[in-house]
Amino acid sequence: MLKYTLRRLLGMIPMLLLISIVVFFLALAMPGDPFSGEIDPNNTDPEYIEEMREKLGYNDPIHVQYYDWITGFVQGDFGKSVKYKIPVSDLVAQRLPNTLFLGIMSLVITYCFAFAMGMTAGRRPYTKLDHFIGGFNYMMLAIPSYIAGVFAIYFFSFQLGWFPFNGSVNIAVDEGTLDWWLSKVYHTFLPALVLGAMGTASYTQFLRNDIIDNSNKDFVRTARAKGTPESRIYNHHILRNSVIPLITFLGFDLVSLVNGALITETIFTYPGLGQLFLTSVQASDYPTLMTLTLMFSFIVLIGNLIADILYGIVDPRIRID
Amino acid sequence: MNNSQSNVNHEPLLQVKGLETAFSIEGKDHNAVDGVSFNVEKGKIVGIVGESGCGKSVMSLSVMNLLPKGIGKIRNGEVLFEGRNLEGLDDKEMNKIRGKDISMIFQEPMTSLNPVFTIGYQLEEVLHNHFKLSKKEATEKVVQLLSAVGISRAERIVDEYPHQLSGGMRQRVMIAMAIACQPKLLIADEPTTALDVTVQAQILELLQDIQKKNDMAIIFITHDLGVVSETCDEVIVMYAGRIVERTDVQRLFNSPKHPYTELLMGAIPRLEEEKDMLATIDGIVPSLTKMPEVGCRFANRCPKAMKECTTVTPKLAKNEEGHEVACLLYETSRPEEEVLR
Repeated sequence: MLKYTLRRLLGMIPMLLLISIVVFFLALAMPGDPFSGEIDPNNTDPEYIEEMREKLGYNDPIHVQYYDWITGFVQGDFGKSVKYKIPVSDLVAQRLPNTLFLGIMSLVITYCFAFAMGMTAGRRPYTKLDHFIGGFNYMMLAIPSYIAGVFAIYFFSFQLGWFPFNGSVNIAVDEGTLDWWLSKVYHTFLPALVLGAMGTASYTQFLRNDIIDNSNKDFVRTARAKGTPESRIYNHHILRNSVIPLITFLGFDLVSLVNGALITETIFTYPGLGQLFLTSVQASDYPTLMTLTLMFSFIVLIGNLIADILYGIVDPRIRID
Repeated sequence: MNNSQSNVNHEPLLQVKGLETAFSIEGKDHNAVDGVSFNVEKGKIVGIVGESGCGKSVMSLSVMNLLPKGIGKIRNGEVLFEGRNLEGLDDKEMNKIRGKDISMIFQEPMTSLNPVFTIGYQLEEVLHNHFKLSKKEATEKVVQLLSAVGISRAERIVDEYPHQLSGGMRQRVMIAMAIACQPKLLIADEPTTALDVTVQAQILELLQDIQKKNDMAIIFITHDLGVVSETCDEVIVMYAGRIVERTDVQRLFNSPKHPYTELLMGAIPRLEEEKDMLATIDGIVPSLTKMPEVGCRFANRCPKAMKECTTVTPKLAKNEEGHEVACLLYETSRPEEEVLR
């Protein structure tokens, strides 16, 4: 398995290099540059802007620009954010914990709901309860997160006043204390719920269908024939088989843990990577944009790798060597 | 082989009385097993023979109360095990019997084991279902069982997964699982159909060995008459959900009475005869929805069919030798009013 993992990791290098080229040229192809919007052309000497352009290397041939950037990048120098004027690595380090926190919380919410509903529905297929769960899930899936987010803020924050509608933590509380953590959970709950509810539908229906599918399998008949209680058959024999296809989803979810939720984070003004990504696109903040994109690509690859390794662990028929 | 000497005061191990099992197809119930009655004596092997779709498997699932929920149900009749009616027992009560007093092995050893659990784990489960055992005791017992079914490297097999074993080995594991609690009755639903011929013979031998050792009764469901002749004491021939003939194995092979049985025997290839074409029975078993209401269900395929075969339903009746048959060729099979007329 170690050999397999190493081989996969090595295989990622050319892939990432290709991605970096594509991303770099796409970013440069966007209209404007970091100066547009930041500097008022009417108030500033055009010669000065031109001078700065020259100094910062924006007038160099594209391949030279790319070379300058990528050599720095592989040495761990991700550049300085044009917008925030601090190193990109610091910027990412600031935002990453928030995003991870939101991602993990929403994933926990998704899993709790999905397993509870999927197992209930799968055990009682085509009953009223099953149809209700299915209907509820498809409705949740059909509501886009920007609408769900706005409604959640309206009801739970404005009308009921249960949850805050922005930020990730109460800044008056000392970092690291229990209160600080509780405040974080409190601030993250609503966006996590909106985000988590979205993923629940696919998990639930997948799990339900797979449980129904597996409940007709011969091994279930065998388990019954040896006097195994029905609840154990469902919660053990069938469920253990039905989680296998869900691993594919888990691979994607690992990505979204870090990716951040662009829309949800923006609506809740939650300072995570998704929001950072959006502002860096708007401000043509090349260093930040490129770093984030490459990081996300890397994590997609890692997520897939983890999913593949997990397959081998969960399903004994799949051997990874 | 004097099996039918059931004396009056002794009770058969299993009594099936007028069993009717129906499947609901498009809202209508259709009987897949239609009024089947038979007994299984302690320590005997009863063969149930018939083509695919004759209701053999459905009958065995009815005995175990394992019919697919919501689709199949027992409409009528009783299943008495040691005098106790299994019909109407709830799952909890039934689970105490399944795997312990009555156990079952199936046709498909490839899919009958759970792919994600180890062999040892699946065998231990049946022990834990019925006995209080420590983990260590259970493991020891499992190794013992695996050795008993002729698996030589039992200690290693317990940690392996089903996909690592061959079909024959898996069927041995299934047998080990079925005999783990020393059941009084084993229902073997085509246990050798999916196996190689050489492996088939080994599995049959194993089943017979265990049967003798444990004094266990077996219901042996098969469509292979050759297997029946080698293993069974008594044979029941089923066609389209009904019993058409029942007798002990020698009498059946020496003098089959029902035309269906005769044709089945004709379809057994024999080494000593040279034949270009294997004899077959034309047509197929009518599907559940197209079952004729009256008359003999085999009439449309029967070479000896008479006019009245489609209008008069034959009844299963014993002749003076104790050979039961349901065919209008024999006077005993005519319904009472017919005989009187």
